[in-house]
Amino acid sequence: MTTQDTRTADLVIVGAGPAGVSAAIEARWHGLSVLLLDENAAPGGRIWQALEARGAKDEDDADALRILQAFRGCEADAHWGATVWAIDPDGTVYWSADGATRSVRGAFVLLATGTTERPLPIPGWTLPGVMTVGAAQIALKTAGLVPTGATWMAGQGPLLLLYAVQALRAGGRFAGVLDLSDRRAKWGALPHLPRAMRALTDLRKGLLWWNQIRRARVPWIRASDLHAQGEGALSRVRFRTGGRIRVEPADLLLLHDGVTPSVQITRALGLAHTWDAAQRSWKPTTDEWGASSLANLLVAGDGTGVGGALAATFAGRLAALGAACKLGRIDVATRDAAAAPLRAARARHLALRPLLDALYAPRPPMLDDTTLVCRCEEVTAGQIRAAATIGALGLNQLKAFTRCGMGPCQGRMCGATAAEVMAAARGVPVEQVEPYRTRFPTKPLTLGELAALNEDA
Amino acid sequence: MLTRPESATLPTNDTLTVYFAGRPIAARAGDSVAAALLAGGITVTRQTPVTGAARGPYCMMGACFDCLAVVDGRPSVQTCMTQVRDGMRIDRQDGARGLAIEP
Amino acid sequence: MAQAEHASESFDVAVIGGGMVGTAIAYGCAARGARPALLDQGDLSLRAARANAGLIYSQGKGEGLPAYAAWTRRSISLWPAFAEVMASAASRPIGFRQRGVLAFCLGEEELEARRALLQRMHNQLGGPAAPVHLLDRHAVEAMLPDVRLGPRVVGATYSPEDCDVNALPLLRALNAGFLQAGGTHLLERTVARIIPRGDGFDIVSDRDTVHAAKVVVACGLGIPHLAPMVGLHAPVRPVRGQMIVTERLAPMLPIPGSGVRQIHEGVVQIGTTTEEGEIVPATTVADLARMAARAVQVIPALAEARIVRSWAGIRPMTPDGCPIYQQSPAHPGAFVAVCHSGVTLCAAHAGPLAEGILAGKLPDDVADLQPDRFDAHTT
Repeated sequence: MTTQDTRTADLVIVGAGPAGVSAAIEARWHGLSVLLLDENAAPGGRIWQALEARGAKDEDDADALRILQAFRGCEADAHWGATVWAIDPDGTVYWSADGATRSVRGAFVLLATGTTERPLPIPGWTLPGVMTVGAAQIALKTAGLVPTGATWMAGQGPLLLLYAVQALRAGGRFAGVLDLSDRRAKWGALPHLPRAMRALTDLRKGLLWWNQIRRARVPWIRASDLHAQGEGALSRVRFRTGGRIRVEPADLLLLHDGVTPSVQITRALGLAHTWDAAQRSWKPTTDEWGASSLANLLVAGDGTGVGGALAATFAGRLAALGAACKLGRIDVATRDAAAAPLRAARARHLALRPLLDALYAPRPPMLDDTTLVCRCEEVTAGQIRAAATIGALGLNQLKAFTRCGMGPCQGRMCGATAAEVMAAARGVPVEQVEPYRTRFPTKPLTLGELAALNEDA
Repeated sequence: MLTRPESATLPTNDTLTVYFAGRPIAARAGDSVAAALLAGGITVTRQTPVTGAARGPYCMMGACFDCLAVVDGRPSVQTCMTQVRDGMRIDRQDGARGLAIEP
Repeated sequence: MAQAEHASESFDVAVIGGGMVGTAIAYGCAARGARPALLDQGDLSLRAARANAGLIYSQGKGEGLPAYAAWTRRSISLWPAFAEVMASAASRPIGFRQRGVLAFCLGEEELEARRALLQRMHNQLGGPAAPVHLLDRHAVEAMLPDVRLGPRVVGATYSPEDCDVNALPLLRALNAGFLQAGGTHLLERTVARIIPRGDGFDIVSDRDTVHAAKVVVACGLGIPHLAPMVGLHAPVRPVRGQMIVTERLAPMLPIPGSGVRQIHEGVVQIGTTTEEGEIVPATTVADLARMAARAVQVIPALAEARIVRSWAGIRPMTPDGCPIYQQSPAHPGAFVAVCHSGVTLCAAHAGPLAEGILAGKLPDDVADLQPDRFDAHTT
């Protein structure tokens, strides 16, 4: 392999969100050498994106900024604008920055790559002017853009509430919010309320957001059967509410149906995954120190199951402690003593999760045949159903038969939906549908950049 | 649509200019190209090579590949993962890209 | 959906293995009016069928074994008509083209090696599977006006009658055609045993037992486990192939090259590797880099193209690289069929081979492609 950069590190961290930066701080504290890679220009991941540039707006932000400052001071070797595209089982990590690839071998590699948004495919969802709520939040945090005019939000989940509050605070306006959640989910959520009370602060926060949106008089509409419509770009939304159909002008539609762990890299590594029924997602199997089915490959944060930023910080620290002990920098007693309060704190912050998972339970999509599932290759739900009738049992045979999942996004946008459509067509539980097999490179690089790594004459 | 409020409180306010299909668009240092385009009212950055359908930024985090455009003559650039530069030229990417870099 | 949940009926032929070989044979049987069943595992079985370059390729085939060259020639002659049948079975194009295939030569050494191979094939009994010409750089440039070749390209060997096809739509078409012709899919079954009975065979899987008058063991790397149960012998070993696929590009390569091919959707396929003994279908950075480097040497402008995905597949390889066909001497009606070039031979498998299986006698074309060639030391 490439000989220009045969550097090594005790711990290589992919992702500078809450889990990644916390792991870096903890690892550096115990004397490990740390190399951290992130695609963005600064630390923070999604939830704390551009926080250093934006400044703190509330106490949560202030706490987060303190962690980022500690990270800056911990002397981890951080590389920004670095896109990881391959990882070898021996811990060699390849990344691309400025059109050239470098590599490092970590005794341990920690994946802290968080989540992607669950797709919410509706008719017309590929029209320009339809984006995710997460996208709008990124635009707000990095460029200060706010929604105006005829902006609609649709879907369900805490992020939808949070963004609404942030956008309103920044001077944005919404034409309305279409609540696509299951009305009966409230009842399914009730049993989880007692446990959720352990995270009283988080619970109160959520209610506060809800109240702020109400006070801003943003129309909150229980809806279903949403269509995005327009000729070449979004110009209206069509939905069913209160037993009738409404059509409203729209120039921006923001969709959200929760987030799901990023498994692109963990799948390409062939790691073991388990199905999380409550969150209706696959997640890599990890032990209490974040070790996956490959002992030197660690995973921490939302990538092991959605739990929120604070839970992620503790998970990152636990992973670093585990690595530090395995590398002989601390003994088992020290490790366990340090870990105990972290586990307790993490458990407290995860207490709200079962309630949220039930309240915002992802619903199996009901797509008509003409709705696109694979955005890249423009494959419809109908084509997926047809493939199931001629022998495609899972997503890999589906890919072969229809090109679904063969585009540049490598199935990130379509995998969850394709599995649901196929499961419904076959009459099996969705977790029985084999997911896409992904392989490195998991991010695009040019043939030239890859060719430059060739050592043969 | 997404707009930049007059009372923007971002500390950096270096304005610069990028060009989309020759049309000047105001931007700020630190914007992604996609954000600058959206703020300028542009939602279409490409036509797909599969059916020619119009597409534009969707996820803003480098995962969907719908925001591809030709940037300074270079095709298939993810505009949401690219920061603006003063004088940058952005053009719609229509269909399958060619190989030679346009001068 | 003609998929049996519990197979209680009896079939004329049970084909084990839903890959390129098995599905072609199963389709051929169904198209001839038989009642075949096609047994296959789940979505993630080894599936060499998804790991090929889609070339219908004759160059170098059958060196030292003229029967293979002849069999390849026969399949290529059947391909155009077969392609039309497949396209209508799938109701969509399968990307079949008969424009020949170019094998680029980088550097004089490669050119000399190809020249020597051409000479050997020419001198062999029956000659090459199909005509091959040695082209110098100018001739190659004339054939590819929309690309500039790298400086190390000194020429190529060109087989004008060869073809290429999109292998995955082909597999889909075979499955669709098989079902349309009345075939039965028996999926998610891993066959554990084949038991000869008086009137046929019991095929025991983890789900049920299927009975058929004839059985075809066509499950690639699974063959060594099952074949001996019915007196068949077909040694195969695993060989890994990796490939790179680019983003869609404007049309620039009208003729497929053996390592660089642009399919009609516009993506360029680059590869493959041939790695002995690798059984994990993973890609490796070193091999990807090597394939990329070669592609960029052939067409330097490809350096700007973005890689959209890569894949790796484990394929069966026989001791001499040539196919193996056999009807069991001890249990007539039991057959084995395996090859490395499942796409090239697909037309022959769906045609004369399927016909022979149904008639209970393998075609004469494959008489010299039996496994006994590995026992005897012929000169």
